[in-house]
Amino acid sequence: MTRIFAALVSLCLAAPAWADVTIKEVTSPGGVDAWLVEDHSIPFMALELRFRGGTSLDADDARGATNLMVGLLEEGAGELDARAFARELEGLAASISFDSSDDDVSVSARFLSENREDAVRLLKLALTQPRFDEDAVERVRQQVLSGLRSDARDPNKLAGEAFAAMAYGTHPYARPEQGTITSVSALTREDLIDAHLRTIARDRLFIGAVGDITEEELGTLLDDLLSAIPETGASFPDPAEVTIDGGVTVVPFDTPQSVALFGHRGIDRDDPDFFPAFVMNHILGGGGFESRLMTEVREKRGLTYGVYSYLLPKDLAAVYLGSVASANDRMAEAIDVIRAEWARMAEAGVTAEELDAAKTYLTGAYPLRFDGHGRIASIMTGMQLQGLGVDYITTRNAKVEAVTVEDIARVAARVMQPDNLHFVVVGQPEGLDVATE
Amino acid sequence: MLRAIALSLSFAFAGWSAQAQDINDAVTSFELDNGMQVVVIEDHRVPVVQHMLWYRAGSADEPIGSSGVAHFLEHLLFKATDSLAAGELSATVAANGGRDNAFTSWDYTAYFQRVAADRLDLMMRMEADRMVNIRLTDRDIVTERQVIIEERNQRIENNPRGLFGEQMNAAQFLNHRYGVPIIGWMHEMETLDMEDVMAFYDVHYSPNNTVLIVSGDVEPEEVRTLAEKYYGPIPANPALPERVRSEEPPQRAERRVIYRDARVAQPYLQRSYLAPERDAGVQEKAAALTFLAEILGGGTTSYLAEKLQFDNQVAVYVGAFYRGVSLDDTSFDVLVVPAPDISLEEAEAALDAALAQFVQDGVDADQLERIKMQLRASEIYARDNAEGIAGRYGRALTSGLTVEDVQAWPQILQTVTEEDIIEAARAVLRREASVTGWLMQAEEAIQ
Repeated sequence: MTRIFAALVSLCLAAPAWADVTIKEVTSPGGVDAWLVEDHSIPFMALELRFRGGTSLDADDARGATNLMVGLLEEGAGELDARAFARELEGLAASISFDSSDDDVSVSARFLSENREDAVRLLKLALTQPRFDEDAVERVRQQVLSGLRSDARDPNKLAGEAFAAMAYGTHPYARPEQGTITSVSALTREDLIDAHLRTIARDRLFIGAVGDITEEELGTLLDDLLSAIPETGASFPDPAEVTIDGGVTVVPFDTPQSVALFGHRGIDRDDPDFFPAFVMNHILGGGGFESRLMTEVREKRGLTYGVYSYLLPKDLAAVYLGSVASANDRMAEAIDVIRAEWARMAEAGVTAEELDAAKTYLTGAYPLRFDGHGRIASIMTGMQLQGLGVDYITTRNAKVEAVTVEDIARVAARVMQPDNLHFVVVGQPEGLDVATE
Repeated sequence: MLRAIALSLSFAFAGWSAQAQDINDAVTSFELDNGMQVVVIEDHRVPVVQHMLWYRAGSADEPIGSSGVAHFLEHLLFKATDSLAAGELSATVAANGGRDNAFTSWDYTAYFQRVAADRLDLMMRMEADRMVNIRLTDRDIVTERQVIIEERNQRIENNPRGLFGEQMNAAQFLNHRYGVPIIGWMHEMETLDMEDVMAFYDVHYSPNNTVLIVSGDVEPEEVRTLAEKYYGPIPANPALPERVRSEEPPQRAERRVIYRDARVAQPYLQRSYLAPERDAGVQEKAAALTFLAEILGGGTTSYLAEKLQFDNQVAVYVGAFYRGVSLDDTSFDVLVVPAPDISLEEAEAALDAALAQFVQDGVDADQLERIKMQLRASEIYARDNAEGIAGRYGRALTSGLTVEDVQAWPQILQTVTEEDIIEAARAVLRREASVTGWLMQAEEAIQ
């Protein structure tokens, strides 16, 4: 019965849907490069800006400054204090959100066509004339500190911090992106101004625009928006030395379910073996109920609600990570199963059936990502940050299709490092053979 | 300056009513002979569809003593049927480049696949199959029960905010099943068995208890043809019970919840009020409450932010929330995270003073107009997100509302007045009909 059904399925595997996304590379009269997808069917646009660097550019004596600075961009600019700024933005029904990570500062905005100029004026004020008023600084600082205090009792955050500290040594990646309670408490207004100068600059800016705007209008918009942004900012840190040895580290924490983060060195985005590694990881633990880790740890044994693995090629380091959560008395078994799967992949690679299923999923699912203006704008800036060309969208699936069983066997032997796989476990796991931290 | 902007805007918005109609124009609804309701939302920009089957059955429809069974069944629907092996449905969706999942709430359980438009036929065939043909083994029950227990560990047991929220709900709903967690109480989850699961399945899983929502690059006639082919042959369940739950009595005494946990780093205060929900044909009070939540706690410009974060530095965060889409009476909630030197008692006093002052002050007309403007704009932004519109219909149609109610809602919101909002505030923000919860650090930690 099941077999007949499978045969019917393979018959209807016709040509997959294709993403109907046409990206134009545009350059404004003032020389600003951007990627544009024009779509005039709905009267609004999404604009995404990303500045490479992010919290990794924090000065050594001002950790957390970029995060706090970004939190203050919408808290008053130019002649508008925090409340006046928020009221104007609300009145325009526009949204502007600012975020930071250890690789970038991002701006995601959405404007109606009807009042685009007024919305862009507000965005420009926020980016170029933030006020950093004393009362706003204190208010947002308290919000950040409140978050940091909560993080200190959050098992997932504790695992992430312990893992980063172990993996990245003295590199900025080893530090919490938001700083520490001590460092954030000590930040001054000058630190925030400095963080702004270090991170918000044109030489590290990537832009994606989607929606109801023409190439010419976008050029004008960008020249106006960016005219007052300095050409350059802080220099980027050197790449990180990733040092992870095999083992288990336990961070004791009184909670019923242990949380584990595991991993070792990964593979760079521009490595010729990246695609085989990407497809391999999809089969191992890349999401979906069909991955080997989900099948073995969840479906067969009921040891967890979710277990995942993912390649994380950051700008300055590449790691291969995974996560799982399991009751304190069951974590040891979950770890054993994951280790066995890691070793099995390293030794034996994948089967042709697994590879075929992964390819049909990955190639078929790719166009589904492009759903909505904001999403497409974000994907486009991500592509630019990774050094990909506009033709990537049309060539990407061919790269997935080209991966062979032999490629994966070769790459698995290189990328999977069962002996170096390290687990950081937060909780009170039982029966784990470890030296407690 | 401000006035000039406002004027140019009201001019700009004059042209929108026609465009805002486009969302409704993209929606078609009909019913199959077996009672299945069907809604089609067209969006032809990308060749993708989302196929969602919503059951009018959620955790609040569970029998006493079997909390969590609706959600447990949702997990088990991914196991075998007569024609599909365990896991084969998801594997087939994935092999077709799609993704699938499911979710359970108090009033509904929903299953969905998002996939290339030309695979809709296959999705319907599989979804119709598992509506009536699941074949579970004892091993499925034992293993998957461990999975939902780990899910509860992850969402609730490992998270003091989750545990606190559960206690708040239990205190707010004395007599209604909304007081029982969707995922279930641990001691009852541990006893869920094949009999519990199949009893819930047999009663609630039938076409006359569902809403099918297909959004994306589809034509309504194509959906009708496929739905008649796959769902049409499944007979209605004539014994489907009416959804009558034990209702909340009028609340006469305020209740307090104090939850202490060593894992709490940031104490906070939550105030919950029993509140009316959106009812078919009668959505005006709910519309006023929707504004009340936005005006009191909808961000930097909200009334409570003004009073507790700007005028006085009592709080680091305030928020107000109202879940209007609900089959039965719902709650209106306010959250205050106090500043470091402020006790929960002081924060509560400041909150109550601000709420009393708000009813005195009345609604700021400019603020109301800004929010209405944002709501109108949100109908434009919504057209970029067919999945979001699908969810809007799914939640509403499984919570006692009709297609007409959903389509009338944006207009009802636009007609709410300042007086309506104050009247709603007077009716709902009553201490004697509230629960006040304090999430606190363990006593050792604060001594």
